[in-house]
Amino acid sequence: MLVVTAIAVVRMRSLFAMVMLSGVFSLLSALLFVTLDAVDVAFTEAAVGAGISTVLMLGTLALTSRFERPSKHSPLIPLFVVFVAGAALIYGTLDMPNFGAADAPAQTHVAPDYLARSPHEIGVPNVVTGILASYRGYDTLGETAVVFTAGIGVLLLISGLRGRRRRDDEDEATERGPGANVQNAASDAALNTGPKTGGQA
Amino acid sequence: MFDEFTGPFIIGHMNYWLFIILMMTGLYIVVAKGNLVKKIVGLNIFQTSVFMLYISMGKVTGGTAPIFPHDLDIDPDVIYSNPLPHVLILTAIVVGIATTSLGLALIVRINEEYGSIEEERILEIEQAITVAENTAHGDVMGGRG
Repeated sequence: MLVVTAIAVVRMRSLFAMVMLSGVFSLLSALLFVTLDAVDVAFTEAAVGAGISTVLMLGTLALTSRFERPSKHSPLIPLFVVFVAGAALIYGTLDMPNFGAADAPAQTHVAPDYLARSPHEIGVPNVVTGILASYRGYDTLGETAVVFTAGIGVLLLISGLRGRRRRDDEDEATERGPGANVQNAASDAALNTGPKTGGQA
Repeated sequence: MFDEFTGPFIIGHMNYWLFIILMMTGLYIVVAKGNLVKKIVGLNIFQTSVFMLYISMGKVTGGTAPIFPHDLDIDPDVIYSNPLPHVLILTAIVVGIATTSLGLALIVRINEEYGSIEEERILEIEQAITVAENTAHGDVMGGRG
């Protein structure tokens, strides 16, 4: 189902439908994460991937265009690149342990140690939370810094957009009406709340 | 090397191959499609499939989510899946949405400047600007006009 959705995204010309399909893709991957025992990842993916990024993309579409123009280039070279890269990656997986193997190297080194020690050292039932906030606290701090930087970047890029629009409008002396500005402000708000909400997730 | 292609091997590696197909679909969108929003969606598909690859490596057959009982009275017979990939991917998802929002803001800015979010159209405009500049300043700059 994930593959079908992804291929539908490739074929889709309407950008609105494509953004909706990417939301569907995120929800399906969240379901997959639940079946793979990663419940924390699943609800973050459902909230961030299917929720916030869909809203952000719809905001961008409102400010830009809705349809994709067909490309004039031949798809042969990208297809060739993709097949070569895919074949190399599949060759790389041949040495990997079987899915779900308990004796895989990933399962036998530090993971049992974390599982054994975190109840005594941290005392939080959810191991993922314990590692994220305590053992890997600096990582999480760095992540917050990244989100903060991205937020500043978005603000710098978007801020003044309304002012520039208004100036353009006055220059052209055209009646675009207040609709454009209201739409603009709404997606501004959507873009600005995005990274902050993401930080709490 | 092909004698190891038995049933358990193929089933045990099917998940990796599925994620690689998804990954390559995302890569194809990024490389072949000219629309910038579509490129971002392709990048997201690529990213999510990498997440799935990592999460699937942490799964143990018969395991459960790495959450202990509330009183921390742990039954030694219960198998828990590996929590480390989960932590890593949790961070990656949040960083991913930060980069996505930055990319979308850049697209809004590009659209404002060029009036288009199609790569080919933007290149045409860039070329027209360069030609116009060369004709205007050609004599001063060395006679390229």
